[in-house]
Amino acid sequence: MSWVLANLPLLAERLLAHLGQSIPPIVLAFVLAIPIAKLANARGWLRGGLTAGAGLLYAVPSLPLFIVLPIILGTGIRSTVNIIVALTIYGLALMVPSASEALRAVSRDTLQSATAQGYAPLARFLRVELPLAGPALVAGLRVVAVSTVSLVTVGGVLGVPSLGMLFIDGFQRSITAEILAGIVLTAALAIALDLLIMLGGRLALPWSRVRGEGVR
Amino acid sequence: MIRFDHVGKTYPGGTTAVEDFSLTIDSHASVVLVGTSGSGKTTLMRMVNRMVDPTSGRVLIDDEDVAGVDPVKLRRSIGYVMQASGLLPHRTVAENVATVPLLEGVSRRRSRSRALALLEMVGLDHRLGDRYPSQLSGGQQQRVGVARALASDPNILLMDEPFGAVDPIVRAELQKELLRLQSELGKTILFVTHDIDEAFLIGEQVVILRPGGEIAQQGTPAEILADPADDFVESFVGSGVGKRALHVDEVSGQQVVLDAGDRPVGVLREGSRS
Ligand SMILES: Nc1ncnc2c1ncn2[C@@H]1O[C@H](COP(=O)(O)OP(=O)(O)OP(=O)(O)O)[C@@H](O)[C@H]1O
Ligand SMILES: [Mg+2]
Repeated sequence: MSWVLANLPLLAERLLAHLGQSIPPIVLAFVLAIPIAKLANARGWLRGGLTAGAGLLYAVPSLPLFIVLPIILGTGIRSTVNIIVALTIYGLALMVPSASEALRAVSRDTLQSATAQGYAPLARFLRVELPLAGPALVAGLRVVAVSTVSLVTVGGVLGVPSLGMLFIDGFQRSITAEILAGIVLTAALAIALDLLIMLGGRLALPWSRVRGEGVR
Repeated sequence: MIRFDHVGKTYPGGTTAVEDFSLTIDSHASVVLVGTSGSGKTTLMRMVNRMVDPTSGRVLIDDEDVAGVDPVKLRRSIGYVMQASGLLPHRTVAENVATVPLLEGVSRRRSRSRALALLEMVGLDHRLGDRYPSQLSGGQQQRVGVARALASDPNILLMDEPFGAVDPIVRAELQKELLRLQSELGKTILFVTHDIDEAFLIGEQVVILRPGGEIAQQGTPAEILADPADDFVESFVGSGVGKRALHVDEVSGQQVVLDAGDRPVGVLREGSRS
């Protein structure tokens, strides 16, 4: 405990760095997954391939990926760009299948009805299909957020500053409090982001809470 | 006026839904297409607002081929009601009714007051406007669907089994309401159903379809009942020995009309109409 109190600025710095490496891949994975999923759904063969490919991608061990990526990208091994690119790839591996399912689950009758009222294709996608897929998209995003926060710690092994570094450092120097602080803060960050996304989803999709309440 | 001119539709999979169909629907008339499932009713109806493009022939609205009209614009000018109401679950009832005005750029305020007035017009309390569709009963949702179709004051209403998913009592109410609305508004209505009783109630003209969109018979309900074209029509409308076979019996000097089960359904009056 005394270690924690003595190192509050360090903890804050690591937490911020961790957040900084988590947010971009979460946002990128979400934003990129939607058009990819939409395209995949329009072409049956692409959907099968992408879903299988996503599964394989997720099976690639993270540490080797963090080491190989800098070689491909031409960045330094400690650059946060690697982390962001690698975690975006993992995020996509989770989010593309989830977005594809979310979009497929939107009722065809509702979409046809929107067409019949005179929605142009793009407007129908943005203002009908996407919001209706919203609850399932938010569910997928929550999984991506938690997974990303946890994967950022792997960068710590390579010396990219994040909460992960606290475990490594604490382990090497046998400071239990530092290890615990790293674990607790990582979990707390994951839970906080998850809650934030859930609340954001509720605010953005107020209708999804009344669904199924039936007649009053 | 809507004119189907030798239209046909073969879907990409190879199904021929409609072979060769011609029909003229006069302005302000209500015409009902009735036929068994898969006879091409929905396909024909969707040719009018270009949700389906015919693979042969043309559809004309007021002598203009719809193939040359921008589909999005065309659809906004035609009311469309479908079976499952098709309301947008993420929009309130009022927003749903105001869909087309909002798409057309009418201000939110004006769209909303028009929507609330339309709700009253179809027999709903305007306070339902702030609910979501899932908070309404099936019958109320169908009324909202009708209100939405009327929002841009279209000349043409397309109704695809609009009352198919509600119970018989609510359906009867909705049918009555539609007849009342039509007597006020005088739209050109193309209505699809597989319920012959509904067809005879709603349609000034009824078109009975065989599979492949082939017309078995067309005429007023009375003409079809009086003179079914063939066995197919006869079995479809249930005339002959069926439930529509009425007979007359004299009871205390009155001509009483009885149905096939000898239940009295009315009294006969000489030459009385209305
Ligand atoms: N998009 C489509 N692609 C391929 N075939 C289709 C498509 N839509 C309809 N069909 C086929 O065309 C035929 C006519 O369908 P349609 O929906 O017009 O019938 P319907 O009379 O409206 O039937 P129902 O009473 O069941 O609604 C059916 O055999 C149907 O399977
Ligand atoms: Mg149909």
